[in-house]
Amino acid sequence: MNKLPGTILEARERGPGDSGGETQDRPSNRSSTHRVLRPAITLLIVLTVITGIAYPLAVTGVARALFPAQAAGSLIAKDGEPVGSKLIGQPFSDPKYFWSRPSATSPQPYNGLASGGSNLGPLNPALTEAIQARISALRAADPLNRAPIPVDLVTASASGLDPDISLAAAYYQTARIARIRHLSLHRVRGLVTAHARHPWLGVLGEPRINVLELNLALDGMK
Amino acid sequence: MTGQSLGLLTLYLAVALLCVKPLGLYIANVMEGRPIWPVRAAARLEALIYHLCGVDPAQEMGWKLYAIALLVFNALGAFLLYGLERLQYWLPLNPQHFMAVSPDSSFNTAISFVTNTNWQGYTPESTMSYLTQMAGLAVQNFLSAATGIVVAVALIRGLARHSAKAIGNFWADITRSTLYVLLPIAFVLALALVSQGVIQNFSAYKNVTMLAPVTYQQQKTDAAGNPIKDTAGNPLMENITTQNQTLPMGPIASQEAIKELGTNGGGFLNANSAHPFENPTPISNFLEMLLIIVIPASLTYTFGRMVGDTRQGWAVLGAMAILFVAQYAIANHSEQLGNPRIAALAVDQSASALQPGGNMEGKEARFGIAASTLFATITTGTSCGAVNSMHDSYTPLGGFVALFNMMLGEVVFGGVGTGLYSMLIFAIVGVFIAGLMIGRTPEYLGKKIEAFEMKMSSIAILVTPFIVLLGTALAVSTEAGQAGPPNPGAHGFSEILYAFTSAGNNNGSAFAGISVNTPFYNAALGVCMWLGRYWPIIAVLGVAGSLAAKKRIPVTAGTMPTHGPTFIILLIGTVLLVGALTFVPALALGPIVEHLTLWGR
Repeated sequence: MNKLPGTILEARERGPGDSGGETQDRPSNRSSTHRVLRPAITLLIVLTVITGIAYPLAVTGVARALFPAQAAGSLIAKDGEPVGSKLIGQPFSDPKYFWSRPSATSPQPYNGLASGGSNLGPLNPALTEAIQARISALRAADPLNRAPIPVDLVTASASGLDPDISLAAAYYQTARIARIRHLSLHRVRGLVTAHARHPWLGVLGEPRINVLELNLALDGMK
Repeated sequence: MTGQSLGLLTLYLAVALLCVKPLGLYIANVMEGRPIWPVRAAARLEALIYHLCGVDPAQEMGWKLYAIALLVFNALGAFLLYGLERLQYWLPLNPQHFMAVSPDSSFNTAISFVTNTNWQGYTPESTMSYLTQMAGLAVQNFLSAATGIVVAVALIRGLARHSAKAIGNFWADITRSTLYVLLPIAFVLALALVSQGVIQNFSAYKNVTMLAPVTYQQQKTDAAGNPIKDTAGNPLMENITTQNQTLPMGPIASQEAIKELGTNGGGFLNANSAHPFENPTPISNFLEMLLIIVIPASLTYTFGRMVGDTRQGWAVLGAMAILFVAQYAIANHSEQLGNPRIAALAVDQSASALQPGGNMEGKEARFGIAASTLFATITTGTSCGAVNSMHDSYTPLGGFVALFNMMLGEVVFGGVGTGLYSMLIFAIVGVFIAGLMIGRTPEYLGKKIEAFEMKMSSIAILVTPFIVLLGTALAVSTEAGQAGPPNPGAHGFSEILYAFTSAGNNNGSAFAGISVNTPFYNAALGVCMWLGRYWPIIAVLGVAGSLAAKKRIPVTAGTMPTHGPTFIILLIGTVLLVGALTFVPALALGPIVEHLTLWGR
């Protein structure tokens, strides 16, 4: 190794408790502004180039080589046209589809340009009103179903773009889907079971299902 | 607590603790100048940087010069970031052609990112260009974290050295912690996040045709964009049907990794780590939670190693871990219990094999209750402030934990560097109190704790309650402040209190319903963030300089050991009493009264 004055390699020569040969105690030394300003400006520029330009470009390059689909947004194509991202939820209000979590984005639900939650406090009357309205809509679409509604189906997600619903929320909707699409309940429940995801190692993640993938599979059923 | 919540906590703490010794040792080696393999490769780059800067890294600084260098470096960073935000329209990498950020928002954001707060008053995906994000905001993610590390290391040196005038070379410390600690970990973890689905590209936003159309209502506007009103003065609404969805893009993974690793927390997108493009899977979520805590936890080992007694570091880590588990238990229990007003609507909030149950308002289905409350405890106990669920919609006790964690001064692992130095200041106060009780001159690690150290420690501890409570009082008593919170009653007060607590402690999370992108909040919170960051840092560097100059006194039979269970209890007691008591009246007006209203008859 060539000599690299002053770097960590040279510093090895000194013990940890040793404060080094020279010290500079007073800021009022000869041209102290210069002694602080020049390194401050230079270091800021150099570290900006390293961490702000070289680093993200390097990550982009390697990511594109190793994980091209993920880096580009995990897009789903149907007949060659992009219909969405596997990771970003979409709103469904037609009773023939599985409905997603409620979304609080504005002006439209699942607005990709304004992610966020409702931020309604637990005591806010607007929260209970919104939930009541969602319950009414679910009941109107499926008057025969009197089961208690799974909580995630009537509460707004944090991102407003939640791609998943709980398995309970999916099974809750199977009777409605089967009736409207003239499919057997057994087949619809089988579809949910086939697409279900469970906690990894029993602790990482929740029992859930991707709504867009589920509905695409549903459209593909005969 | 469900079995899953307990299992996740156990797995998380086990993996985090496994990282403590190797990473802590590595950081100690880097900061003490004993290089190991990855460092050698970059040594030429390091030498070049010193050459360009015209500094001799072997020339160490006294604490005053160290503090001046730190302040100048951080202030310049704020100016550069402000400039980038204001000029982004004319700069490259702006495919959405975003206009310049407004002056007050740019001011707030520049301070926010330089101080490691990463409070965000704006909606990033419709405000910030890719260049502003990566060369402005993400750079400060690195540099503010490095600043935290160097202050902690300077304080450790103060304790480890004796009869010394200097506490290190600021330029060398910043360079080494950035190049050798932050950059390599961020690079590897950024790629791991991409593998899970976090995006990393420079494309323009993508339009997709959704599977089904959506109909929504919007205010009707005239050609100039003003809302049209009917004869009664009400805004006219129109129905719009669309099948189009616009997906934001950008170099997110590279920023996400350092956002968590540096305990910064500023999201590339508005929903932060709740957004599927920032945090798509339970595994990415686990990695992000690990990244937040790994440096703060490991620094306790660095501390023990550098002062020559690793038991000292484990004692500090033990106190942090005990507080952490207690906070998580409360938040988790409260969120799993759910909201009684929602239960009254015949909604099923029970946990089962098919659903997480609990209070799911503002939470993601893939995270449920366990991973949401764990993330919330981590992000507020550190100075991170990233969120994977919306704290504003938490139950009162869940929100209380987030607030309380910040009010303790963020010492439950704490921010990168800030957690350790804040905890060491509490340790100094703790041994001082113990010294008063037994009538001996207090000492810590062989250093006498005298008037100067106690003055500086008091300044460091008292400044945050001062600005948090004063700022909250100012906001609730002015019209501009009262305009912020959208929620009525006690929760509205909590939203204001949370905003100032978050800013004063450099956290950055929010009860996010509050409208803070206004001149009043941008200015007030900007000032709070600046004071809350640099006032304690100057005091801590003062303590470091003073301790470094002292002689080491030998251990005697009368020396109080600072590594056993007694000391851990003393430390926890000091944190709870000194750190939190000042906030009890404010908490009573916010989450406590809200809890009693929610559950009372």
